[in-house]
Amino acid sequence: MMFGGLSEKLQTAVSKMSGQSSLTEENIKDALRDVRLALLEADVNFLLVKEVVEQIRQKAVGVALEKGVQPAQKLFSLVHEQLVELLGGEQPTPFQLSSGRQHKILMVGLQGSGKTTTAGKLARYFKDLKPTLVAADIYRPAAISQLATVAKQAGADFYQAGQKDPVEIAREGLAKAKESNSRLVILDTAGRLQIDEDLMNELIRVKAAFEPDHILMVLDSMTGQEAIKVAQAFDEKLNITGVILSKADGDARGGAALSVSKVTKKPILFLGIGEKLDGLELFSAQRVASRILGMGDVVGLVEKASEVMDESTAKKMQRKMGSGEFNLEDFLEQMQMIKKMGPMGDLLKMIPGVGQMIGEEQLGGVEQEMKRTVAIISSMTPHERQDPSILNGSRKRRVAQGSGTNAQQINHLLRQFEQMKQAMKQMKKAGFFKPANLLKGKLPFGM
Amino acid sequence: MVFSLFKKKSTRLADQIEKESESVSVDTQSILNPVTESKEESLYDRLKRGLSRTSGGLVASLRGVFGQGAGHEEILEEIEAILIQADLGVKTTQRLLDQVRPLVETNQIRDSTALIEKLRELIQKQMSLHVSPLKLNEKPFSVVLIAGINGVGKTTTTAKIGNLLQATGKKCMFAACDTFRAGAVEQLGIWGERLNIPVITGSEGQDPASVAFEAMKKAQKEDIDVLLIDTAGRLHTQKNLMEELGKIQRVIQKNMPAAPHEIFLVLDSITGQNAVHQARMFHEMLKLTGLVMTKLDGTAKGGVVFGIQEELGLPIRFVGVGEKFTDLQPFDPQSYSQALFEEN
Ligand SMILES: Nc1nc2c(ncn2[C@@H]2O[C@H](COP(=O)(O)OP(=O)(O)OP(=O)(O)O)[C@@H](O)[C@H]2O)c(=O)[nH]1
Ligand SMILES: [Mg+2]
Repeated sequence: MMFGGLSEKLQTAVSKMSGQSSLTEENIKDALRDVRLALLEADVNFLLVKEVVEQIRQKAVGVALEKGVQPAQKLFSLVHEQLVELLGGEQPTPFQLSSGRQHKILMVGLQGSGKTTTAGKLARYFKDLKPTLVAADIYRPAAISQLATVAKQAGADFYQAGQKDPVEIAREGLAKAKESNSRLVILDTAGRLQIDEDLMNELIRVKAAFEPDHILMVLDSMTGQEAIKVAQAFDEKLNITGVILSKADGDARGGAALSVSKVTKKPILFLGIGEKLDGLELFSAQRVASRILGMGDVVGLVEKASEVMDESTAKKMQRKMGSGEFNLEDFLEQMQMIKKMGPMGDLLKMIPGVGQMIGEEQLGGVEQEMKRTVAIISSMTPHERQDPSILNGSRKRRVAQGSGTNAQQINHLLRQFEQMKQAMKQMKKAGFFKPANLLKGKLPFGM
Repeated sequence: MVFSLFKKKSTRLADQIEKESESVSVDTQSILNPVTESKEESLYDRLKRGLSRTSGGLVASLRGVFGQGAGHEEILEEIEAILIQADLGVKTTQRLLDQVRPLVETNQIRDSTALIEKLRELIQKQMSLHVSPLKLNEKPFSVVLIAGINGVGKTTTTAKIGNLLQATGKKCMFAACDTFRAGAVEQLGIWGERLNIPVITGSEGQDPASVAFEAMKKAQKEDIDVLLIDTAGRLHTQKNLMEELGKIQRVIQKNMPAAPHEIFLVLDSITGQNAVHQARMFHEMLKLTGLVMTKLDGTAKGGVVFGIQEELGLPIRFVGVGEKFTDLQPFDPQSYSQALFEEN
């Protein structure tokens, strides 16, 4: 299975407790500890982790378990739900700007968080509004010319007034935008530390002059425990209206997102994906929650998967997995697609937390095991792939010969396949197995 | 099949580290002293100022530890909270705790001061490992390659290191190998102008390796002592871009097999546990020789670097403490661990 991180841990934590009818303090204790660790590893703020784990405990105790669902899986789906809720819910209303009037966006954030690139992405995203980008980073060398280039790439207007007071630049930028009938003015400011009083005061003055409709804080997805303080400070001083998480195309688990949602209660609007200006995606709480939990919701992986698997194939696979129809034929198909995606090691490294847990030797082992699996299934008849239970001794001997393996290895594969199917069924029963939401329907789950 | 993947690796880095000698020769100090001495504020002061701005600070929390008649477990939990909030990460924190736990349980450590001192000592000791002299006196010239993810402070750090070296009488040159990000070449160009350090540039979109190649030739011709190569920010997960870095390195090596003599990964101290991944991937591609932590003038403590340093056996060479070209200090484990535990 693709689920790295937490779900794997939970499996082991509570696998001994099958046959229970509800979640109890006792049967979730170990699992909750794993939840806690997973959240901490994802950079969710320590204090927030405490709170979240407690919320989950309260929610979980007493919850009935449908037949066949393991406590761990149920708990996992509860955790996921809770995170989605904390991140602002499943269906956030997308950030929109009406075309009838002028909108003003003030970009703020720490140094190096990605404000300028994000400003360009927003301009591009709303290019129908004839946006103007205004350069108010008067400190960083070449910041102005960076924005000029970005504006050109985004097809936006650009205003700069050199190194003068950003307050004046803001005013002049507005006037210029009015002249050219631009309906979106985006003011890019210099990065600053939240504890830099002078520069924070400068932003307050800029805000007063610019009167923005939106004050968007750009936060690096990789931010650690300090995210909470940074967000709080920017919000207290400026009353931000929303957050954009930048560099979300990396493999950061993104726990900072939770911290920010929690302390500011402001929505996370977009995820910044990549350095190109079209890399702005609407925030999805589902997706980010999955990622925080280390479930492998990695955009790069999805992209890779989508290169080799079209939407309809993906849907078909999901349906099969959910319904228990998933057979060795499908498994083989998935294996082959995964192989097309490149070396296993590279793929696994894209999954948060996984690179940390497995070493090169193990990766090599996986590659080999995959090859063996493909060889074994390829040596089966279509009938055997549909229904491996017909594989008796003589059939297995034939398959072993054809694939250059032995009966033991074939049994091993069949056992794992059976486990995988069971796991899929349970995920489904637990109401958790919604890959369409989690991964935009593109990830081959059978890994 | 992949079920078997997630078994934890059982390498005990701590054990390895115990075995390593505690050889510390901080050549950076002597190389760079002329500049650092002229500063009004020492690294220690700056760090202290930066680190102690956080509400309560590490020490304030630690002082509370023994005050409440709490049991050992509670005390250790309190410490765990402190370390995790400094971004040391769960595993590293656990390991540190494992080291002090017996001392607390057997009452060998009875008060918070002793506990702080023990932790500080552990951290300082670990962070003092792997420090060898910086290779900045190579002939015909030294090459320093600067890498890292987007926005961490590579270009600024390049400028800062150039300034430090220049102040020790070294003739420096910059190579602007970020031909990708808008304004990047101009940014380094401005630093070069301010510092009076020549900058080798290519055209936008030019293969950065070819810029590096040109710079190698120019450095040779112009009798440069240290060539500092700034590269574009890239996420460690971007395979092609990581390979591009590898290519830059190969081109340099073709010109001078022992170069680059120093390969620094720049890490933003606000970064959480992802920095571990960053360091691993960059190290895998480039075989780093050291780390630079930036933005320590903020509230973040950059604790993640502790685990990285330990895992990869890399020295932390410099810390960035502001946006000016003078805002760079050689990393000093004692100051750092001390500042980390300093009370408001
Ligand atoms: N406060 C503070 N800011 C820093 C420090 N180092 C760099 N910065 C700021 O961080 C921002 C990004 O720095 P750059 O040097 O451009 O970072 P970079 O890694 O070269 O960025 P890219 O080339 O875009 O990937 C700038 O605004 C710098 O002034 C530091 O030590 N402290
Ligand atoms: Mg740069």
